[in-house]
Amino acid sequence: MAQCLCLRSLLTPCGTRSLGMHLRIQSCLDGTKIYKWQHRQVGTCPTLCTDSKSPAASKVTVHFINQDGVRNSVTATEGESLLDVVVNKNLDISGFGACEGTLACSTCHLIFEEDIHERLDPVMDEEVDMLDLAYGLTKTSRLGCQIVVQPWMEGMTVHVPKGIKDQRELAGSKKTQ
Amino acid sequence: CGSGSPPAGRSGFSAGHRSFSSPPASPTKVCVVGGGPAGFYTAQSLLKGSPHIQVDIYERLPVPFGLVRFGVAPDHPEVKNVINTFTQTAQHKRCHFLGNVHVGKDITIQELMQAYHAVVLSYGAEGNRTMGVSGEGLPGVYSAKDFVGWYNGLPCNKELQPDLSHETAVILGQGNVALDVARILLSPLDLLKKTDITQNALETLAASKVQRVLMVGRRGPLQVACTIKELREMVNMPYTAPDMLPADFQHVAQALADLPRPRKRLTELIMKTLNEDHRGRQGVKRWGFRFFRSPLEVLPSADGSRASGIRLAVNKLEGVGDAVTAVPTSEVDEIACGMIISSIGYKSLPIDPAVPFDFKRAIVPNNMGRVEETTGLYCSGWVKRGPTGVIATTMNDSFDTARTILQDLESGAINVSVSRPGSSEVVPLLEKRGVRTVSFADWEKINAEETKQGTAVGKPREKLLDVREIMFSYGLCCLISQMTKILQSQMTLSIHSVH
Repeated sequence: MAQCLCLRSLLTPCGTRSLGMHLRIQSCLDGTKIYKWQHRQVGTCPTLCTDSKSPAASKVTVHFINQDGVRNSVTATEGESLLDVVVNKNLDISGFGACEGTLACSTCHLIFEEDIHERLDPVMDEEVDMLDLAYGLTKTSRLGCQIVVQPWMEGMTVHVPKGIKDQRELAGSKKTQ
Repeated sequence: CGSGSPPAGRSGFSAGHRSFSSPPASPTKVCVVGGGPAGFYTAQSLLKGSPHIQVDIYERLPVPFGLVRFGVAPDHPEVKNVINTFTQTAQHKRCHFLGNVHVGKDITIQELMQAYHAVVLSYGAEGNRTMGVSGEGLPGVYSAKDFVGWYNGLPCNKELQPDLSHETAVILGQGNVALDVARILLSPLDLLKKTDITQNALETLAASKVQRVLMVGRRGPLQVACTIKELREMVNMPYTAPDMLPADFQHVAQALADLPRPRKRLTELIMKTLNEDHRGRQGVKRWGFRFFRSPLEVLPSADGSRASGIRLAVNKLEGVGDAVTAVPTSEVDEIACGMIISSIGYKSLPIDPAVPFDFKRAIVPNNMGRVEETTGLYCSGWVKRGPTGVIATTMNDSFDTARTILQDLESGAINVSVSRPGSSEVVPLLEKRGVRTVSFADWEKINAEETKQGTAVGKPREKLLDVREIMFSYGLCCLISQMTKILQSQMTLSIHSVH
């Protein structure tokens, strides 16, 4: 059994957003990791990704509750990450996805309902490393850039935390060495 | 972006902003001092917050993005993705970037405050905290700020030429900057070659004899200041092995259970390095932490010409939780080393005598971004709260300052009843003083040149290191574009004459 983690990097200009590479890390039971680079597409770029964005990809309704408590319901496409959905649907959440889905920040932090959270793909160390710096961390928090929309998610609701602050701001600067 | 419009006929921006019935007669002009993350995030939030605001971003260097370009490690290109958002901000029709302007020298804050409705200080922390020990000025001792500036192509650090001819390097500090420096010193060259590290740094590192990097901290493993991502990178770095003192980790295992998750995971990862078996791993470079130690003195070499080691006080901890402090005991320890890098923090400096400055905390004293005792003056980023946190911290902090400014516009605390000239008055003033500003379009030409030079050697970019070199590249481009314009106009003329 393999666990999957998506990491986007090596972005190049394409339309208003970027065409990128998508790093899938498969973690095997013997402790080794397999790294696979795949093309992925965002926004208006032509699709290159074969496994997750086939022409037959399903449409999935996702409800976002933003920082002000306002509900936005959007139709996402199977295979998109939730960060892609926020960008492609212009959900206008200030500062969301600052590092553009490369696991270098925690600004795409989203809070899931418990039953949905349980069914999400297992979380990898690299994602938890970033989540640990997120403001308002909960037991059902994940990074939107790592959650890929799947048909079973139809109708799910995700919450944007009230502030996207960094944990250390609250913990105080006193602990610097 | 000059405003040729007559003075506003209304008492304030606030009424118009609330009702949206009629826009203000002239735009609200905001000046941002500093083109790093704090400046760009403040500008982004202001532009989004009101359709009547125009923002001019002044930057001392000819190139934008501050520490994203000159601070973020070259092997962290993903962090630099924020540049895409900053570029969108700079290209916004109500935003202008003016590089190569030294505020406080080329133009005063008072002059800017007269030209704009509001001025935001977001010029960061260009100074560094010093150790305050004897021998600190010896050759072989560097500040992390300068070292980082050197490998990242900061024009003022290009001559640093650090001496990497000794086996052991000691870094004072255990924060993320310390780990960045350690990683650059120990990374396999093949990895660095593909980054935007300067060619000069790459060549110096290729000849490096450094085999071991030790990072010294005043307190213990439970207080280490780095974040787990950076620590994990050290743990996973090829051809290196950890070098820790098991004695530093007494009582840590017992404390683990009660720690909050982030601290617990970080501590567990450090503990894991203790248990790794490195026997039989010859030829690997070493990295490690040395806890409970404070610098006492940089030890000079026999001839006194350079640093050859550091004497450290061995500390004990007093207090509990985050309030735990290091207290020196009578015990001392010495580490022989040929290079010492002090990475104990950046420090903001005052920009202009007219601006209040808290020398003790090294920040501009403020209340939620409003500079004390100065109406119309604001601050964001490191100069507002001190040099800590990651980019997301500065992002939120800058959004907070922008919100404060928007509130003050709404309440009438910022007087917008009189139109302000903004850069239409400032740029001619600068020109008169011999300062040539660099626009964002100029930067895009510099960017294209750097990318072109980088592509030729398999790097994302080769940074131009010299301000004159940058200005030359820009100047050359200006010349080409002027020539193109002249040629085009001549062609138009000849077409007209044909007709």
